[in-house]
Amino acid sequence: MNNTKGYWRLIKNGIFAENPIFRVALSLCPAVAVTSGVKNGFLMGIAVLFVQTMVNVTVSIVRKFIHPKVRIPAYMFIIATWVTVSDLSLAAFAWDIYKQMGLYIKLIVAFAIILSRAELFASKNKVTPSFFDGLGMGIGFLLALIIISFFRELLGKGSLWGFQFTEAKPLLIMVLPTGGFFAVGILMGLFNWIDIKFFGGGGASGGGH
Amino acid sequence: MAAVKKEHELIVSVSPHVKSEETVSRIMWTVSLSLLPAFVMGVYFFGPRALFVTALCVVSAVLSEYLFQKGLKRKITINDGSAFLTGLLLGMNLPTSLWSFNPFMIHVPIIGSFIAVVITKQLFGGIGFNIFNPALIGRAFLLITWPRAMTIWTEPTAAFVALDAKTTATPLGILKEEGVGKLMEVFGDQLNLYTQLLVGYRAGSLGETSAIALIIGAAFLLYKRYITWHIPVSFLSTAAALAWVFGGKDLGTGKMLLFAGDPVVHLLSGGILLGAFFMATDYVTCPSVRKGQIVFGIGCGALTMLIRLKGGYPEGVMFAILLMNCFAPLIDRSMKSRVFGAVKEQKK
Repeated sequence: MNNTKGYWRLIKNGIFAENPIFRVALSLCPAVAVTSGVKNGFLMGIAVLFVQTMVNVTVSIVRKFIHPKVRIPAYMFIIATWVTVSDLSLAAFAWDIYKQMGLYIKLIVAFAIILSRAELFASKNKVTPSFFDGLGMGIGFLLALIIISFFRELLGKGSLWGFQFTEAKPLLIMVLPTGGFFAVGILMGLFNWIDIKFFGGGGASGGGH
Repeated sequence: MAAVKKEHELIVSVSPHVKSEETVSRIMWTVSLSLLPAFVMGVYFFGPRALFVTALCVVSAVLSEYLFQKGLKRKITINDGSAFLTGLLLGMNLPTSLWSFNPFMIHVPIIGSFIAVVITKQLFGGIGFNIFNPALIGRAFLLITWPRAMTIWTEPTAAFVALDAKTTATPLGILKEEGVGKLMEVFGDQLNLYTQLLVGYRAGSLGETSAIALIIGAAFLLYKRYITWHIPVSFLSTAAALAWVFGGKDLGTGKMLLFAGDPVVHLLSGGILLGAFFMATDYVTCPSVRKGQIVFGIGCGALTMLIRLKGGYPEGVMFAILLMNCFAPLIDRSMKSRVFGAVKEQKK
């Protein structure tokens, strides 16, 4: 089977056409909460990438055994398992980062995008496509978080990855939660504009939290 | 209105048949005109810097509206005066120190005007579609982004040519930090305090200080029926009542004394008059039902006094109006008057 192209399309789908934050508008809560610095945004993105991929694979493997009536609780168990795995491994191997990020890592359980992909994609597809879908979604999420936190840290703190460029803080509001909404909203508008203008799309759809 | 035609014919037209001469731009320019006394007093007390700061706001507000509409190839509406009014209101809500203390702070009014006009108004669909009062969002953005620069208050000089300026605290700042005793110490006796506050010889945002000039402007608007009494009266009376009940403090122990506050000081200081007459009454962001307007005013007054007496900021008018702006659609929906003859929906 000539599937390489299909897998590549799944990854691209997660990054562009159905980018979790800018297009599907799911999981906006972490997009605002953890993006005050590029470092935090990057680590959060990596954690979500890992959990999303593993959850998709697991759900896809067991999709035939789960009774449709209890599928959501079953997915939640799977998500919670993988979040615990990433939580404990971070605590074991990267304690310094874990001290800052621990709370948010646990919150991945409640991210809408993970459950939504498990329900919409992994429960209906084979293991390999599910893996690539999870990978694409995770990368899309990671990139979105990096872009948002790049602007927020640069404008709000005058630094990048904790490296201080300037003592001046050009726009203090950008590191505050308000600034997170500003950044997400303006970037979402920008990507919609690019989509409508250059790719003939219809702009973002849906909504969530 | 067009001149009456000499040769009468039977004119058949659709309603409305009775047309008012009021237009959006006429209202906007009249409101701007009614702000003029307060602005002149501000310039008189704070010198040419007040003029510069406000001019910068007005120019950048109009310019950003023009550039945004030009860039998006929309109809350019800078002539309707709403951007001018937004810039004027924003400028009157800024401290003059933005111009005098640090030359690099002159970008602050420009960014504030941009946020007010483009982000708050144009991105939501232009005039008539904004959820929040543009000038207040602009000011809130600036206050949060540059908390220090936005709270350096200049002492009034009443000498137009004076180039030096001293910083000082606003009456509400003194009241919050040091209590009413210190306020009396600064202003002398109570009568002097009231007079100074009424005339506007005090530190504060450049257009908010002169109570008497604001009242003249507001009276003009009320006379022209551009605003109604509902919001200002409910706003100010709620604030006054709460100030009277909860505003008192025992000078020795610092504990709260009930029914011992001074409502006059609270009504004449801070931006409450400017807010109640010119900001809260913004047609777009306040409820349009009269009953709802009273609720809106009560909410504004209560939130203002809550922030002033218990919050971290000495002044709360801005946040109070913005918070109540969120509720305006909800108030409108729940207070809608019943259509005559309509049957009430039966609850099951």
